[in-house]
Amino acid sequence: MTISSLFAVIAVLMFAAYACGYQRSISRATLVGGQRHLHSLPLYYGLLTSLWCAIPSVLLIGLWLAMDDMVIQHLVVQSLPLADQNLPEAELGLLVNSVENYAEGVTNLSGERASVIAAAAERLNELRGLSRKALTVVAVAMAVVVAVIIWWRISPEVRARNHVERVFRVALLLASTFAVVTTIGIILSVVFESIRFFQSVPLTEFIFGTHWSPQIALREGQVGASGAFGSLPLFAGTLLVSAIAMVVAVPTGLMAAIYLSEYATKGVRNVVKPMLEVLAGIPTVVYGFFAALTVAPAIRSGFGVIGVDVSAESALAAGAVMGIMIIPFVSSLSDDVINAVPQSLRDGSLGLGATQSETIKRVVIPAALPGIVGGVLLAVSRAIGETMIVVMAAGLAANLTANPLESVTTVTVQIVTLLVGDQEFDSPKTLAAFALGLMLFIVTLTLNFIALAIVRKYREQYD
Amino acid sequence: MIDPKYRTDDHYDDDLSMPPSSPSSINSTINSTIELVNKNLAKRYAAEKRFQVYGILSIAFGLFCLLLLFTDIISKGIGAFTIHYVQLEVTFDESVLDINDSSDAMQLALADYQGVVREALKKRFPTVTHRPERRRLYSLVSNGATYHLQDLVQEDLSLLGQTRTLWVLLDDDVDTYLKSREDRSGPFIGRLKSEQIEWIESLYKEGEIESRFNRWFFTSGDSREPEMAGIRGAFIGSLLTLLVTLALSFPVGVAAAVYLEEYAPRNRWTDLIEVNINNLAAVPSIIFGLLGVAIFINFFSMPRSLPLVGGLVLTLMTLPTIIISSRAAIKAVPPSIREAALGIGASKMQMILHHVLPLAMPGMLTGAIIGMAQALGETAPLLMIGMVAFVVDIPTGITDPATVLPVQIFLWADSPERAFTERTSAAIMVLLAFLIIMNTLAVWLRKRLERRW
Repeated sequence: MTISSLFAVIAVLMFAAYACGYQRSISRATLVGGQRHLHSLPLYYGLLTSLWCAIPSVLLIGLWLAMDDMVIQHLVVQSLPLADQNLPEAELGLLVNSVENYAEGVTNLSGERASVIAAAAERLNELRGLSRKALTVVAVAMAVVVAVIIWWRISPEVRARNHVERVFRVALLLASTFAVVTTIGIILSVVFESIRFFQSVPLTEFIFGTHWSPQIALREGQVGASGAFGSLPLFAGTLLVSAIAMVVAVPTGLMAAIYLSEYATKGVRNVVKPMLEVLAGIPTVVYGFFAALTVAPAIRSGFGVIGVDVSAESALAAGAVMGIMIIPFVSSLSDDVINAVPQSLRDGSLGLGATQSETIKRVVIPAALPGIVGGVLLAVSRAIGETMIVVMAAGLAANLTANPLESVTTVTVQIVTLLVGDQEFDSPKTLAAFALGLMLFIVTLTLNFIALAIVRKYREQYD
Repeated sequence: MIDPKYRTDDHYDDDLSMPPSSPSSINSTINSTIELVNKNLAKRYAAEKRFQVYGILSIAFGLFCLLLLFTDIISKGIGAFTIHYVQLEVTFDESVLDINDSSDAMQLALADYQGVVREALKKRFPTVTHRPERRRLYSLVSNGATYHLQDLVQEDLSLLGQTRTLWVLLDDDVDTYLKSREDRSGPFIGRLKSEQIEWIESLYKEGEIESRFNRWFFTSGDSREPEMAGIRGAFIGSLLTLLVTLALSFPVGVAAAVYLEEYAPRNRWTDLIEVNINNLAAVPSIIFGLLGVAIFINFFSMPRSLPLVGGLVLTLMTLPTIIISSRAAIKAVPPSIREAALGIGASKMQMILHHVLPLAMPGMLTGAIIGMAQALGETAPLLMIGMVAFVVDIPTGITDPATVLPVQIFLWADSPERAFTERTSAAIMVLLAFLIIMNTLAVWLRKRLERRW
């Protein structure tokens, strides 16, 4: 039986258990003088039975599925001829792989071990079938038996509602830990692969090296495949692109926020603000397309008029478009903090005879500065982590340059190029992506942390 | 120690305590101050004006970029919604088709429909006799034409041996040429040869070429031939991925929000969860891609390119958004409603399920829609779990290999053919249309259903 049909069976059993539990509670109650003698509504007795029916067997199925591959593999390896069992680990892994592929009908047999593989594959399929059958029987039996026991024990004194609510509460608690589990998952996955990477490439070379070319030589003495992992040019490129984005986004976003919150009438504000926010809702792949096919050629021909040669994948194009994307981000965050500045400060300044712009420049902005800095830091972290724009509009070659007209590459571009397509998980090339991801995660997390702390601290001041 | 600020004040005091001056001199001081102010006033007003102009310019720049982006995309992509067809007298000759038994489905499927099209072209241009020239003539018509003919024959077997006037799909080079015919900078010729252009022009003048609605774009999957490439596969892939995301992230997000708002005690653990959710919302999406590769692909050895895996990754990504907005919605339900429910004997769970959640639902739905819009536009993490594969077949379930709309856009944007650029822009238009619809729905929902207390 397939897993989905097994779940369907359990769902049916749950309904049945619900109905039985519901009926049983009523019939038990009538014996002692009516429904009012029940501790909980009949519905809760039904729910209790049905939950007990499902939870143990679903847990069992999960556990079984997580374990059975390992157990089956172990049994298949044991069924191999002794000579093959004692192969080195890597070769044994390959053998097991080819057995699995043959068993699933992906590959045809060839080579010396054909008969061994065929026999092992047969055993594998046999064991898999057996495991599935056993799982079906055990899971369904468990569901039925547990439900019957609970059903048998239903009586007016059972505090069904409290039990059911406790289960729900645990479920809610589990849901709330998802975010923490995700973070732990991110940290674990990135850190473990990075440790494996740093076993083959020293940390100092990764951080301070100025040469990046992740191609590993497939054969001895291959040209241009040195496998150098100096990430400095990547971080320099990331910084350059982010800096250009900030140069575009911060003044524009800040001035837009100031105008909208201090000068604009309510009508203008209601129209313009959502329109600016549309910019933030456009998918980044669209910006990437815009940067690569419209902005980059325009910059190229624009500079071509004055005789300056610009790379087709210039940092300027990617950075400028990224800046456009971040404008609403900066403006809505600044808008919030500017609005949080108390009106009395403005009134005081205006009362002393300052003009409105002087009030804004000398009173409102200084008062809002921590919040604005926090917002800008969040925007920087967003720019550093932005992927699609740079993948489509920035280059692949790692140049260590500060010239915005040249092509640079960024951390995110390299992560994508290293990981897209088929890869093995033990080559330094793939693992390098995780090391870069770790760096990216640390940098953005630090920036977010500082920014959120600043914003929060500032908000408390005027409340 | 005296603050320097106060010291300057003292200094002013000194100035004022100078030997009493005559009334006229006081007057003159006041006058000179006013003069000073007046003198500067013009400058200060100019600065005020300038400041306002900077603000207006910033907003204008932002709106201009928005306008530029939209006009650029629309002007590039509008052409992809039509496509050119050519009228041909096609004879379904059994000998050319190589069919001798029309009841054999295999024969019908494998028949040489291309030959029939070629015969028709030969008949239309009898003067073309050289082999290389003929090859160029044949290349005017898309390969897609053969599928069209195959469908026709399989539908109606009586066509065999008959001659019909049919409209067949032209190649993308020809289509691009015809679409750019009216351009000021002259038509885009690309790989077309001069005699091919002559043929096209003659067909065009005779009215044998027609521009029609491009149904291929909406009904077919990806293809190497731009004229036959469509977004249906990617669209269904996006739909399936979003379905998985919604099915997982909405219940979990709401449950987490309920726990944090209604049950969680204020302690370090809750604070940790809260800080965690806020930080997770700002983690770059590519990191979630790394997580997906390491956990789902490497550790659980799930296959690549599945909407299921894509949905799982996007679930983790959108969960913080949904939790944050759901918490806000739950917080907005006034405590008096909770107290009333508890007061008439409801348990806490009953109070939440019967009162708080229904009242908070519009807000939570709004948050979910915004989260889904985010997920719909997301590309980077899906690239990494292998949804960049070239998938021709239209997926039918969450375990079929698929791609999604943004990734399709990314793939097409890389293709050199001009016809693909056009289709990329058109796909972007479709994607943006969906995002606009979703966001409008969210705004409408908020306006319509949200209650204010």
